[in-house]
Amino acid sequence: MRDVHGIEPGARIDGFEIGERVHAGAMGTLYRVTGPDTGFPMVMKVPRLGEGEDASGLLGFEAEVTILPVLEGPQSPRFVASGAISKLPYLVMEWIEGTSLAERAAHAPIAPEAVAHVGAAIAEALHALHRQEVVHHDVKPDNVILRREGGAALIDYGLARHARFPDLLAEERRFFSGSAPYIAPEPVLGTRNDARSDLFSLGVVLYQLATGHLPFGAPRALAGLRDRLWRDPVPPATLAPIPPWLQEVILRCLETDAALRYQSAGHLAFDLRNPGQVELTARAARSGSTGFWGQAARWWRGHGLRLEHATARDPEPAPVVLVAVDTENEGDDRHPALQRAVRRILASAPEIRLVFVSVVPAVLDAGESAQLEHRMRLRSWVSPFALPPHRHSLHVLEAADAAAALLAFARANLVDLIVLGAPGPSQLRLAWWRSVASTVTSQAPCSVHVVRRPAAGHDWV
Amino acid sequence: MRFALLADVHANLEAFEACLAHARARGAARIVLLGDLVGYGADPEAVLTRVMALRAEGAIVLKGNHDAAIDGPAGYFNEAAREALQWTRSRLDAAARAFLASLPLVVREGDLIFVHASARDPERWTYLDGTGAAQRCFDAEPGANYLFAGHTHGHRLYAHLHEGRANAFVPVPGTAIPVGRHRRWLAVVGAVGQPRDGDARAAYALFDEPAETITFHRVAYDHAGAAGKVRAAGLPRSLAQLLEGRA
Repeated sequence: MRDVHGIEPGARIDGFEIGERVHAGAMGTLYRVTGPDTGFPMVMKVPRLGEGEDASGLLGFEAEVTILPVLEGPQSPRFVASGAISKLPYLVMEWIEGTSLAERAAHAPIAPEAVAHVGAAIAEALHALHRQEVVHHDVKPDNVILRREGGAALIDYGLARHARFPDLLAEERRFFSGSAPYIAPEPVLGTRNDARSDLFSLGVVLYQLATGHLPFGAPRALAGLRDRLWRDPVPPATLAPIPPWLQEVILRCLETDAALRYQSAGHLAFDLRNPGQVELTARAARSGSTGFWGQAARWWRGHGLRLEHATARDPEPAPVVLVAVDTENEGDDRHPALQRAVRRILASAPEIRLVFVSVVPAVLDAGESAQLEHRMRLRSWVSPFALPPHRHSLHVLEAADAAAALLAFARANLVDLIVLGAPGPSQLRLAWWRSVASTVTSQAPCSVHVVRRPAAGHDWV
Repeated sequence: MRFALLADVHANLEAFEACLAHARARGAARIVLLGDLVGYGADPEAVLTRVMALRAEGAIVLKGNHDAAIDGPAGYFNEAAREALQWTRSRLDAAARAFLASLPLVVREGDLIFVHASARDPERWTYLDGTGAAQRCFDAEPGANYLFAGHTHGHRLYAHLHEGRANAFVPVPGTAIPVGRHRRWLAVVGAVGQPRDGDARAAYALFDEPAETITFHRVAYDHAGAAGKVRAAGLPRSLAQLLEGRA
């Protein structure tokens, strides 16, 4: 049967053979396609065009065709081909095998651990996207695919903004009805260059998964969207049995003022992966309606946004720095050198987040006391910096291979920079740390800063 | 074909040569000089000699308001521009003046259009300084898909939206921006010879027609040398300071 596009199964377009129609929505239609061997299944998106069609639909298609080809990584479908927009508008991309988050959301509330697991995967996908200077702007269950092999992918870049390309949707004030419950305050006010908007939307998704309810309902008009600027959501723990750390994370995402949210998706992913590290504030304990004065405070913050966002600039995500501290061998001169390096980093980047890690050998039956001992040493190592809790965290890892443990931790927690000390040439007793430093340096997923106190005199070659 | 779009050279030979070399190294086959070849800078003769040779090789060369003022009125020039104009007039011979007077205000090639200021009444030298001005420029040339201009000394990329609206974008240097033919685009390419945004590097743009991308570039050059020549020529000090990135 021919459909609105006059496209039927079996038809060929630029070497792609049209298969089953898998989705027909307001933005366009999706068909499974076969064609040149890419090694993965493919889908073709064809936008809705013609008389009476919404011009913003075409702008969205254009945004997707512009942004998708430059994206790298498993957080988005791989781009295959596109047709000239004015002649044969189509987009062929990877069909991601997995489960739509919409299916999971249909069964909400789901267990807090599952919420955290899914949420961390989405936050990691957003982190990868934000690093490529893209804000998704349409994070909602329909647009998240939980990959069969693990991890989350974000689909549909029809509202996305790339900081290096013109934003043709900048002046659009209409939003697709399915996205209204999830949209952040900034785009409601007309600002589309803030990656933290995606964290607000993810907060709505987490709230929905954890409680089965939408924190701001499903508004149909722009006026309804403004609610989120002044109305505090009902604390999720009053709707479902949710631990304080998860309420803390969700309500932090849903702050009206982006400056009070997580400053990077990486940090949010980190907290969702490490519930024990979540810094609990008054948000965690909130149990009833905020009351008039609380609402007034939110309203006031929302009001201030109007001015502030007029001049907002694309913020860099707050970087995560891993500092590897050797708590087994204390007292040698690597430590003051490493502490000096940390102090310099803190001075140069106020938004930075520090993760201090000590790797100790796994000792059978040593019990928790050894862990605790190293934790205390780590805490005392960090104390001179007087860091507020939300700026840092402490971790003691038990592993035989220190380099492998550091690398795995850095990968899992989206670390931007690893700082570690290497012993000087004369420190023979610590020579094995040299191999840790060189392995980390050669295999790290990010930059590595090796701190070394130059040895004196003849040692120096 | 790749087009190198250079505007507002303003007699700055060092910046001009650096941008030409930069563009050639990136495969530019066609040079387009979007006007204001002279004025402000210390090398009008050398720049014009180079421009005449480029045109003989097929370059497109347009007239700007500073070029027109050599043998015309300059009523709206500020004091530094007026001083530089007087100085430049004293340096140019009859052949150079005749060359400047012969330059066109607008050049059309297929669905490409080149102009110094706005395509709407080009002889009025209107600044393309916002979406309103950009929209009037689009409207003046409905047949043009790609419009290229200079004159403001800043760089902007305007996209034509539906129903009489334009979208403005400040490009990030070095990024190839997709500019598909399904949409109309207006690029204001920045100044080769006198950027005014505090960044001393020269600005120009490369348009890759088959790939449908435009890349705005900033090119480091011997701006201290160019500023030194401006001082040595006795031109206003403010003109030397601009070249040093002191906006």
